[in-house]
Amino acid sequence: MDNSGHSPAIVSNVPTALSAGGSETLPASSAPAVRTGLAALDYSVLQQCMHCGMCLPTCPTYVETKLERHSPRGRIALMRAIADEELSVTREFGEEMYYCLGCLACTSACPAGVNYAELFETARADIEQHQVLASPARSSVRWFALRLIFTRPRLLRFLGRLLWLYQASGAQALVRRWRLTRLLPTRLRGLEAQTPIVRRHFSDELIRETEPAEGPKRYRVALLTGCVQDLVYSEVNRATAEVLAVNGCEVFTPRQQPCCGSLHAHNGDTATAAMLARRHLDTIDPFQVDAIISNAGGCGSHLRQYDHLLRDDAVYRDRAKEWSRKLRDIHEWLVEIGFRPPRPAEKGEAAGDAKPRDAAEEVVPAAVAVTYHESCHLCHGQRVSAQPREILRSIPGLELRECAEATWCCGSAGIYNITQPDTAAWLQERKVGHIVATGAQIVATANPGCLLQLVNGLKSAPAAPIRVEHPVVLLAEAYRAERPVTPITTHP
Amino acid sequence: MNPAQLESLHRELATVLPGDAILHRREDVLPYGFDGTAAVKQSPQLVVLPRTAQEVSAVLKIAARHQVPVVARGSGTGLSGGSVPVPHGIVLCLAWMDRILELDAQNLTLLAEAGAVTQKIFERADAAGLFYPPDPGSMKVSSIGGNVAENAGGLRGLKYGVTRNYVLGLEVVLADGEICWLGNKCVKDVAGYNLRDLFIGSEGTLGVVTKVLLRLLPKPAARRTLLATFASMEAAAESVSRIIAAKIVPCTLEFLDRKTINCVEAFAHVGLPRDAAALLLIETDGHPVAVEEEATLIEAICRAALATQVTRAATLAESVRLATARRSAFSALARLRPTTILEDVTVPRSELASMIREVEAVAARHQVEIATFGHFGDGNLHPTILTDERDAAEMHRVEAAICDIVRAALARGGTISGEHGVGLAKKRFLREQLGDANYRLLRTLKRALDPTGLLNPGKIFDLREPDRHG
Repeated sequence: MDNSGHSPAIVSNVPTALSAGGSETLPASSAPAVRTGLAALDYSVLQQCMHCGMCLPTCPTYVETKLERHSPRGRIALMRAIADEELSVTREFGEEMYYCLGCLACTSACPAGVNYAELFETARADIEQHQVLASPARSSVRWFALRLIFTRPRLLRFLGRLLWLYQASGAQALVRRWRLTRLLPTRLRGLEAQTPIVRRHFSDELIRETEPAEGPKRYRVALLTGCVQDLVYSEVNRATAEVLAVNGCEVFTPRQQPCCGSLHAHNGDTATAAMLARRHLDTIDPFQVDAIISNAGGCGSHLRQYDHLLRDDAVYRDRAKEWSRKLRDIHEWLVEIGFRPPRPAEKGEAAGDAKPRDAAEEVVPAAVAVTYHESCHLCHGQRVSAQPREILRSIPGLELRECAEATWCCGSAGIYNITQPDTAAWLQERKVGHIVATGAQIVATANPGCLLQLVNGLKSAPAAPIRVEHPVVLLAEAYRAERPVTPITTHP
Repeated sequence: MNPAQLESLHRELATVLPGDAILHRREDVLPYGFDGTAAVKQSPQLVVLPRTAQEVSAVLKIAARHQVPVVARGSGTGLSGGSVPVPHGIVLCLAWMDRILELDAQNLTLLAEAGAVTQKIFERADAAGLFYPPDPGSMKVSSIGGNVAENAGGLRGLKYGVTRNYVLGLEVVLADGEICWLGNKCVKDVAGYNLRDLFIGSEGTLGVVTKVLLRLLPKPAARRTLLATFASMEAAAESVSRIIAAKIVPCTLEFLDRKTINCVEAFAHVGLPRDAAALLLIETDGHPVAVEEEATLIEAICRAALATQVTRAATLAESVRLATARRSAFSALARLRPTTILEDVTVPRSELASMIREVEAVAARHQVEIATFGHFGDGNLHPTILTDERDAAEMHRVEAAICDIVRAALARGGTISGEHGVGLAKKRFLREQLGDANYRLLRTLKRALDPTGLLNPGKIFDLREPDRHG
């Protein structure tokens, strides 16, 4: 009855000729099996929804439209109609499921415990299998992103390097000054402005393969560096390695890591997601470490599901089970092992201070206000909500101010800001408004997509500049402030 | 309705509503085929989303011309099937009419459109130092229009009453499209029949509520929440009797049995004692001195009635968390079995302990799984049958169990529904409760206000069913 894992029944709508250029382990397209997708799903997952409506006020697309179809229980009703063969997988259904953010706010609100994540991924896989949204342009973009770029870490880093050169050389600035971006179609022009700044050094240049624990070694952990984060937020990975080491963890960071596959699973390409999961299990042996650490909400949420993803894989099943058992979000892990709160800095230099202080402030160091935006897949997907706050509260000189709708999606939602720019912009604006209203100088969030979305959103905010940072970076800064100045350098 | 009739109806509706306010595609209308009630669904032909009472009126006039039934709907959280569409009907969804129009701090009233969410009304009042007490379990989602149509209750019903006690005025669109106002801001008003009350709890069968004028109270200065656990259901019921006999009226007096405790705890993680056989959640509010005194008295009574443990919520935030957790009880029970059928029988409070025993006996007799929670202070029980609608044999036993529970409540001078309404789910028991004369009167009223049976036909009772004695 199963439909996910590496069953060849579900592949993306990429032409076979193009797929041939993909990885050797990718399954070939084949005719769909008799009952697949939603129709083959364990019916009790659908039945779990008793349509009480408790999810409605937490669902951004329902709140935006107040239409049942755009609500979690409405979407589940459509899925159930498909499973009951009252409705086929239509283009309308496809569009509906891609209008869903997949933020999983509904799962936190659901007293009945509906597994919406599984329903969502199964529905999207069904949509891809039925090709109801297929168009040549969409297929090419999907092939390029899902099958080419995000399955080949070396290629991704190479492209990242090119982008860095383009940005660092000043070419990007020139293109923008000469308004050459006007040559782009409107939609791409909007996206161009949001291009993240690629870091000069990627994770493998900042973190040794094995970083020793400071003091007695209490644990040995593996660190996952992500794909986008590796290029545009490598300092978050560096900070993660540091805070782990400070707290007695020996950190093993494989130099070359595959993408976790969340992008694929969320976009209906379960087969590639399973392939990437197996690659991960080849790279890191979960039996050899105490924990596997993820510091990106979106990745972590998917990484935890490897046991489910590979449950029918005789070779990888046990490893995947162990992997999921040991997968921890960094904040969760730090709190679990009883992390050491940073000591106040010697010279009254508050950690995480966004701007230089003047003489008057030097005398009485004022607390820097920080607010916390919850990554959807960290709080709803992984139920990690209190721990990042505990970490932020532990940092001397920081004052945590709660923000309205902290658990609401910022509109990033994987590639949602590319596929649904209007709703993404509405959510971004709403989020920025709440952040600005707190008066905080820093907003902390633990997911690269959110970090980018907030940086871009805050660019146009009228208030004083607000720094956007991962909580772990703030923690690492506080630890660094305890000791003599040591700038971050690349390792030899 | 044949495709040509549908097409003509659609075309005519498009002359009074903007295009986005008429839904007709299968993917758009299917999700309006149910409310919060288990095992009843019916896809509508069309869904319309008016933005004003004038648009509602125009839709009803067109529906009357085409003789197409109309079912009004708010947020679709009803628990008796009241807003489930009827075959070949239109759903008139008021979700887009969700503004709070006025808070009058001098007269302590609030005016809102029918689609306004109950929680938002509570919050708006709260921000002004005022209080809107009715708090149905779905208050974060439910609309005030729906609350009025079902005369919704809630956890605070014991002390503060139900929705009816807070409605001062209504704007109603009648079956012929006429818009009329019932009531005003006056505290006293005996001019004419009390038609406003006729529409409260009429489940959308007499007219469509489009605006609601609500009475607010000053916010209570203090609040105390207690949690008492018991080794038996009888001991919990005994405590409730003694609290009421001691002439204490707590704001909330809620009961949860072991199954419910465990499901709620699995969802909400508020630290409920999973091993307790029964739990009472008791809240008292009012003047700080009175609240303290009542809390101490309640604690002593519970201990005397053999509570295994009595604890007090330390903070207001903890009180709110506990009440919120309790509100999730019905949905949380869905964790156990695929289908969750919620009953709503209510008995005079003196019959509570015997009714609880009867529910247990019914479960054993018909071999069905029943979890019970409810508003003990009001005698309002929610025996919840946990089953699987696809298992025909089991559903047969469930049916028998429901009949037995309802009959047991009626035999004790109770009612088939304390707060959820009759809708589709309980209409077969209505005549038995009301008696023929009362039942005929319902039909007489319905025929007077909606002669062609356009508004939510087949809910509460059937108009066309032959009268046994008339």
